[in-house]
Amino acid sequence: MSGNFAIWAASLAFLSALVAVTRASVAHVLIWLLAMLLSLAACFFALGASFAGAAQVLIYAGAILAVFVFVVMTVDASPPAQETERARLGKAWIAPALVAVLLLAPLAGLTADPTTPQGRAVPATELGALLFGPWALAVEIASGLLLAALMGARHLGRRGRPEGRR
Amino acid sequence: MTFAALITLFAAAALVAALMVAAGVFTWAERRILGFFQERLGPNRVGPFGFLQWVADTVKLITKEDAPPPGADRFAYRLAPVLASAPILAGFGVVAFAPGLSIAALDMGLIFALGMLALTVYGIALGAWASRNRYAMLGGLRAGAQLLAYESFLGLSLMGVVLLTGSFRMGDIVTAQTELWFVFQQPLGALLFLIAGTAAAHRLPFDLQESEQDLVAGFMTEYSGMSFALFFLGEYLAILLVAALATTLFFGGWLGPWLPAPVWFGLKVGVICFGFIWLRAALPRPRYDQLIGFAWKVALPLALLNLLITGAIVVGGQP
Repeated sequence: MSGNFAIWAASLAFLSALVAVTRASVAHVLIWLLAMLLSLAACFFALGASFAGAAQVLIYAGAILAVFVFVVMTVDASPPAQETERARLGKAWIAPALVAVLLLAPLAGLTADPTTPQGRAVPATELGALLFGPWALAVEIASGLLLAALMGARHLGRRGRPEGRR
Repeated sequence: MTFAALITLFAAAALVAALMVAAGVFTWAERRILGFFQERLGPNRVGPFGFLQWVADTVKLITKEDAPPPGADRFAYRLAPVLASAPILAGFGVVAFAPGLSIAALDMGLIFALGMLALTVYGIALGAWASRNRYAMLGGLRAGAQLLAYESFLGLSLMGVVLLTGSFRMGDIVTAQTELWFVFQQPLGALLFLIAGTAAAHRLPFDLQESEQDLVAGFMTEYSGMSFALFFLGEYLAILLVAALATTLFFGGWLGPWLPAPVWFGLKVGVICFGFIWLRAALPRPRYDQLIGFAWKVALPLALLNLLITGAIVVGGQP
C-alpha cells in the first residue's frame, strides 16, 4: 500500500519536474517546483522516512525555494516579456536534454532490479544517533559549508554601504 | 479502500467544516471584542448579539463577482488563494484535540505543522506577483522577507520543548506536561513562539504587508469575492493553528480537571485567540526595519541561547 503510494508520489514529482523545466514564465516554474518538492516529501513519508519528508517540506519547500520568491518578484510578467523568453529558449533545450538522457542510463542500471519499496518508520532519535554518531564528521563539514555561505552573504550585504552608518 | 481510511476521510472533512465555522465565528468575535476595546458597538444587527454577521458576510463574499484584473497571470492568480489557505488546513491534521483524537498522529507532527505554516508564503508572494499591481508587489516583498525572518526562530523556539519531551508527536508532548506545563519550564521559548506565531499569521503588529495606510491592502489589493475570502480564511486559520500549537506545546493541551479533554483544549485556544485580539487593539505598527532587525538580531540569538541552555540541562541531567 505505502510502496504503491510512494511510486505514485514519485511519478507525480517526475511529471511536475518535467512541466517545471518546460514553462516560460519563472513564476510558473516556481509553482511546479513546489509541487515537485511536495510530491517528493509525500514519497519520503510513504517510505517511512518521515523526518526526511517533514524536513523536505520545512527546509526545501518552506525556506530554500521561498528565497526564489524574491527573484520571481523582480521578473517582468507581461505577455511581450514572456514571448521574448519563449523565443530565447528556442533550441537551447537540446543539449541539456541529451545530457539528461545520458545520465538516465546509469540511473536505470541502479533500478534494474525491480523491488517493491518497503516502508519502515525510522524514529527521530535513531536518526539523530546515526547522524551525530558515525556521520558526525559529514554533518560538521556540511555545517562548515553553511557557515561559509553565511559569511559570504554578510560580506555581500555590507558592500556599498555609505560610511558612517553602523 | 479500507473502512478505517473511510472513517479518517470523513473525520478530515468534518474537521475542515468545523474549522471554516470556527474561522467565521472568530471574525465576529474579533469585531465585537475590538468594538468593546474601542468603546463602540461592533456588528450587532444580524441575529442575537450580531452573531450571524459572519454568515451574512460569507453569503456576500460568495455571491460577489470575483474579477481578476486585466493583464493578471490567471494561473498563478487563481492558485494563490488556495496556496494561502490549504496548507493551514492540512496543518490542523496533526493537532491532537484529546487523547487519541487527531486525524493523523504523525511521529513528525510538529515539524509537519511548522512546514505547513511555512508554505503560506507562496500564496502571498504568487498572489502579489500575479496581480501585477505595485501595491500588491510591495506587500508581497514585505511579506516574503518578514515570513523568512520570523520562520527562522519559529521552529527553534519550539526545539526546547522537543528536547524535554524527546518526541515530535503532539500527543507525547501533551502527556509530558501532566505534572508541569512547559510554559513554566520554557518561558523564553513560549514568548518567542507567540511572537513568531503572530508574525506567521501576520497579525498586527506584524501586518506591514497589508497595512492599509500605505499599501491599500498589500497582496490582497486586487482580490475580491471568494478568492479574497480564501486569503482571509487562511489568515484566521493561521491564528487558530498558532493558538492550537501554543496550547499543545506550552499550556498542557487537553489536560485539565473536571471538564472533558476537548473542552479544555478549546478553552485554552480561545483564551490565546483573545490575547491576539487584545494585542491588535493595544499595539501600534513598528517601522519595517525595526521589525526585521528584531527578528534577526534579538529573537534568533535568544532562541539559540534558549536551545543551548535547555540542551545543557537535558544532557547534564542524564545519568
